Amino acid sequence: MNINLLINIIYIISALFFIAGLKMMTSPSTARTGNMISASGMLIAILISLLDQGIIDYEWILLGIFIGSIIGLFASRMVQMTEIPEMVAIFNGFGGIASLMVAWAALYPELTDFNIRNGHLVGSSNTMLMAIIVLSILIGGITFSGSLVAYGKLSEKIPGNAYLIPGQRIISSCIVFTLLFVSYRFIFGYSTNSNEFIAVIVLALMLGIILVIPIGGADMPVVISLLNSCSGLAACSVGFVLNNNLLIVAGSLVGASGLILTKIMCKAMNRSLKNVLFSSFGATSQHTRKMEGTVKQVNIEETYLMLEAASSVVIVPGYGMAVAQAQHVVQELAVLLETNDCEVNFAIHPVAGRMPGHMNVLLSEGNVSYDKLVEMDDINRQMSSIDIAIVIGANDIVNPAANNDKSSPIYGMPIIKVYEAGVVIILKRSMASGFSGVENGLFYGENTQMLFGDAKKSIMDLVAEFKS
Amino acid sequence: MEIILTSFIFVLSFLLGFELITKIPATLHTPLMSGSNAISGVTIIGALISSGSGEQVASVILGTTAVVFATVNVVGGYMVTDRMLAMLKKKSQNSE
Repeated sequence: MNINLLINIIYIISALFFIAGLKMMTSPSTARTGNMISASGMLIAILISLLDQGIIDYEWILLGIFIGSIIGLFASRMVQMTEIPEMVAIFNGFGGIASLMVAWAALYPELTDFNIRNGHLVGSSNTMLMAIIVLSILIGGITFSGSLVAYGKLSEKIPGNAYLIPGQRIISSCIVFTLLFVSYRFIFGYSTNSNEFIAVIVLALMLGIILVIPIGGADMPVVISLLNSCSGLAACSVGFVLNNNLLIVAGSLVGASGLILTKIMCKAMNRSLKNVLFSSFGATSQHTRKMEGTVKQVNIEETYLMLEAASSVVIVPGYGMAVAQAQHVVQELAVLLETNDCEVNFAIHPVAGRMPGHMNVLLSEGNVSYDKLVEMDDINRQMSSIDIAIVIGANDIVNPAANNDKSSPIYGMPIIKVYEAGVVIILKRSMASGFSGVENGLFYGENTQMLFGDAKKSIMDLVAEFKS
Repeated sequence: MEIILTSFIFVLSFLLGFELITKIPATLHTPLMSGSNAISGVTIIGALISSGSGEQVASVILGTTAVVFATVNVVGGYMVTDRMLAMLKKKSQNSE
């Protein structure tokens, strides 16, 4: 049998595996198997590709796979669940740079000759091929450098707040125009100078940096979703360069997935993508509204008595809970409450963590079963019938200003309406404002009780009270 | 006309992706993202060919580096997704 035909048949099977894997991701009970199926699809695709006639030398490939596997293995074992967002961010970047390099390598004559020999060349004219190569490099480069900045912000290696570089717009416009000019010369054959090609790469990398730098840490869930989409589209456009259908199918699946998550995240913050990318949220707003009312404080014992009498409790976790590594004690408290004939649920805001679904993962790490995790819209419907809402390490996602203060920068953002519950208990270290820097009127609410101190310690004390 | 064919494939699989992903619940969004991240490492297939072409030094260097990055993406992505999904528990299995 013709080896190329065989390769392509295996590619079809592999694509089916990817699709089946994603399909099984629609339910938590089948998701793990789905991931395995997707991984097997990848494995057979890689193995069959090694049979390609263009490959005459295996030592470099094996070395590359060996090094990559060691790093991947190590990274995936060592990473903390709180660090998943930065890991995904940097992996997005790796996908981007890999695609950039493959597109770049396609420029070298031997390789392109080989491509032509096997009918791999896309389109009939070179202009088309050049345009796609440049496009791949653009997407790959922006994904790579943008992801590195996102990684730096998420891991707090660089300042996470939103800020505008002086002359930001001018600099980025300059980059875009130079990029367009150099790309144009390259695509239409006015230049074959490899230095100019390097310039395309450098400019794409600069563009990625300057696009992500001004975006604040609170908006990172949107940014990594978008970069996730880009890493898929980069693979996809490399598929066009090499005329490889599997790359196109797999890349576009990822592209679509990232785009949907981006949309969900934007909706959860009530902001358009354009607004997230270009407005530098919080950098300009000077919001100093005076809060009215008094702050009421409770101690552990009073809290215990309230919880002991409650018949329905909703726990609203925020990223602060995960930072304090309080998931396990929170679950312990939930179990104790349940044995005390109290219904306990966890209300999850879509942007409660630092990436889509992050909070769910953090809670499963603490052994909370996934059927206890209730989405925002569902919990809001029953909030008024709930006795006690416990807010742990969350702030903006329960801030009523999003509903009733038109001048607030977070106005319009959907929130978990804990203020409708009978009593709101807020576990907090101090009165400091949240990630977005916006004051929270909830703390001054009539039915709000503040339990100051380290969240983990407070919960541990509560657990001890229940046990005694 | 090849470009038309490949574009056709692109559009259809993009739409298929949209249909599939919309049905995935919020609980699984993080594993979905790390898993789809691993899928985007499929670019390794292109990297293999340039890494193994053996003739031009430049394309071998580029290809091999790309193989390293893409492998990290594939191996790390799938493994970490598996780690997360293994933690998902239902109440019935969760006896404390």
